[in-house]
Amino acid sequence: MAGIIGYGAYMPHNRIKVEEIAKVWGADAPSYKKGLMLREKAVPSPDQDTITMAVEATKHALKRAGIDPKRIGAVYVGSESHPYAVKPSGTVLADAIGATPEVHCADFEFACKAGSEAMFVCMGLADGGAIEYGLAVGADTSQGAPGDALEYSAAAGAAAFIIGKDAGVARVLTTYAFMTDTPDFWRREHMHYPRHAGRFTGEPAYFKHVMGCAKGLMAKAGAKPADFAYAVFHQPNGKFPMRVGQMLGFTKEQIEPGWLSPTLGNTYSGSSPMGLTATLDVSKPGDRILMVSYGSGAGSDGFIYEVTDRIEKVRNLAPKTREMLDSNKVYIDYGTYAKYRRKIRMGE
Amino acid sequence: MRDVAVIGVGMQKWGELWEKSLRDIFTESALLAIDDAGVDHIDSMYVGCMTSGLFVGQEHLGSVLADYLGVAPIPALRVETACASGGAAFRQAYFDVASGAHDIVLAGGVEKMTDVDGGGATYALSTAADAEYEVYHGVTFPGLYAMLAVAHMHKYGTTRDQLSHVAVKNHRNGAKNPLAQYPFEVTLEQVKNSVMVADPLTILDCSPITDGAAAAILCPLDMAKKLSRKQPVKVLSSAHATDSIALHSRQDLSWLSAVEKAGQVAYKNAGLTPKDIGFVEVHDCFTIAEICVIEALGFFEKGKGGRGAESGETAIGGRIPVNPSGGLKSKGHPVGATGVAQIIETVKQLRGDCGERQVKGAKVGMTQNMGGTGGSCVVHILGSV
Repeated sequence: MAGIIGYGAYMPHNRIKVEEIAKVWGADAPSYKKGLMLREKAVPSPDQDTITMAVEATKHALKRAGIDPKRIGAVYVGSESHPYAVKPSGTVLADAIGATPEVHCADFEFACKAGSEAMFVCMGLADGGAIEYGLAVGADTSQGAPGDALEYSAAAGAAAFIIGKDAGVARVLTTYAFMTDTPDFWRREHMHYPRHAGRFTGEPAYFKHVMGCAKGLMAKAGAKPADFAYAVFHQPNGKFPMRVGQMLGFTKEQIEPGWLSPTLGNTYSGSSPMGLTATLDVSKPGDRILMVSYGSGAGSDGFIYEVTDRIEKVRNLAPKTREMLDSNKVYIDYGTYAKYRRKIRMGE
Repeated sequence: MRDVAVIGVGMQKWGELWEKSLRDIFTESALLAIDDAGVDHIDSMYVGCMTSGLFVGQEHLGSVLADYLGVAPIPALRVETACASGGAAFRQAYFDVASGAHDIVLAGGVEKMTDVDGGGATYALSTAADAEYEVYHGVTFPGLYAMLAVAHMHKYGTTRDQLSHVAVKNHRNGAKNPLAQYPFEVTLEQVKNSVMVADPLTILDCSPITDGAAAAILCPLDMAKKLSRKQPVKVLSSAHATDSIALHSRQDLSWLSAVEKAGQVAYKNAGLTPKDIGFVEVHDCFTIAEICVIEALGFFEKGKGGRGAESGETAIGGRIPVNPSGGLKSKGHPVGATGVAQIIETVKQLRGDCGERQVKGAKVGMTQNMGGTGGSCVVHILGSV
């Protein structure tokens, strides 16, 4: 099957702490920190959006892939915060990296699953020989309404993957998908912020689909949790991925390298893809990695990867995800955050 | 009036029942009760439900549930008196049998609360308070009971720890109830230090939002042996009282006079006193409520209810076990079903079917179900035959 030829991630430098948000809304910060296992989240600057972050992450992925962008036959961007309602993100990205004009572009949307579905589709196209290389990006400047529980987690970040027919740095061994019609989280046209069904987003939504997908994926591959070096799950907060992993029988040690949400937040379409980049950063040749995304509405994509020798040659060619997350942080207050996220109503 | 017995009870595990609708959960419990009684039909039914209109957009519940239970065209009626709706439905079923109108009557209760978000549930529940004088001004139930708690603490010196002891005790009992929504224990520190909802009440002082149903089958006592293989439990008395709907209209904020009145009538009609009661299921929608209720029912002197859980007197094995089921706190509080679930626990206790949480040797049990901040109260006393 297809493989990941190069990978890269990006997140903005700005961070806001849970305490700073809780202070404004009179909420109990310790209970949010404990309940959601979140400490801080990444916030985009005013001039950053899904496309700029997609470009940054793709530049990192290209460095590791070492290919001419002209050989990329498909550019797919998964996001629920595409800057335009009508006008693609993919064409801007394709042009920015020099992949135009002989390239197929599409924008995907499936709540937090849009990034992994871009990967899924690229794998199919590369495997079938329709393209030599495909670029799959999951990126979001996530929205969360002021004062809503989502505001503590909705973050910004992107992950990009160059996918080709060869094994590259990680061969795709098995894929699986698990979908139902489950209305746990949605945003209609012209709505600024998504709405969600509170606790319904947990058990019947996230846990049902992530568990269903992970179990189906492992059954298809004839694998069990102990067969994997690492596991990456969608990270709407710090608690859910750790809990679902442990419910499935994975250890904390298997989950931790890709568990970015406690200090990154939920980067929606970027979430599990970014977790995969952080996991690849520390993996060894031969390691198997299980990845399961989740998108509200609802569904999960599942992948099993096997890391190749090439990882040792390419991992240092671009910034590592965990190092980016832990360095060059700029803490902002709520007022600055409100300005950056355009939550302040300006004069006409 | 004929003597009345309970010959069957039915209830499934309560919680966030995402995969089921209101009619599903009611029908399942009703069928369990019918099966438990061993009867092949029912003659009429009463269903307690506070506000299915606001929670799931369905009124006309008597007919909906009779239809889905497959018992139409029998008479079926929804009974509403806020959180005491379940107790009131049981009381109507009791009268239906006692009067001779019908022989086999189902008393049920149901509430499907998790199909709306937290704000929607808070609003729906607030309609049990005084809309014009309380709710329009923004007060919610935790706020009202917090005022009651502050008044009780100020007047009698009731302590924060005494509130916590109620939650600790009820969770200890509920941990032994397989049907409870939250069947786990909590510590004094956890209760005290959990998130503040309305000072002094923390989240672990409050009963939860719950989906659940409960059902019981009643029949004339003299027909019970013939109709059912189960040991019948006799309804010794049924009482109902009301009080001002708004908290601020009460002479004493810390006293629940509807509970006192319903209790007095129940004792009188049964020819019993508080000393004759082996255990009681009370309406602990908030920890302070249990403290006030056990005073108003005469188990503790006025102002001394706080000592109940603290001293162990209200524990299983104590002087007067209170809420052996885990109460609303641990078992859950699907408002319309709560009163019927209290009857179910009492029947099971009197049958000796409660396993680890069994109150040993109890022959007489009491239930106290309350609407709003005590604007209504329904009390029943049941006894072994």
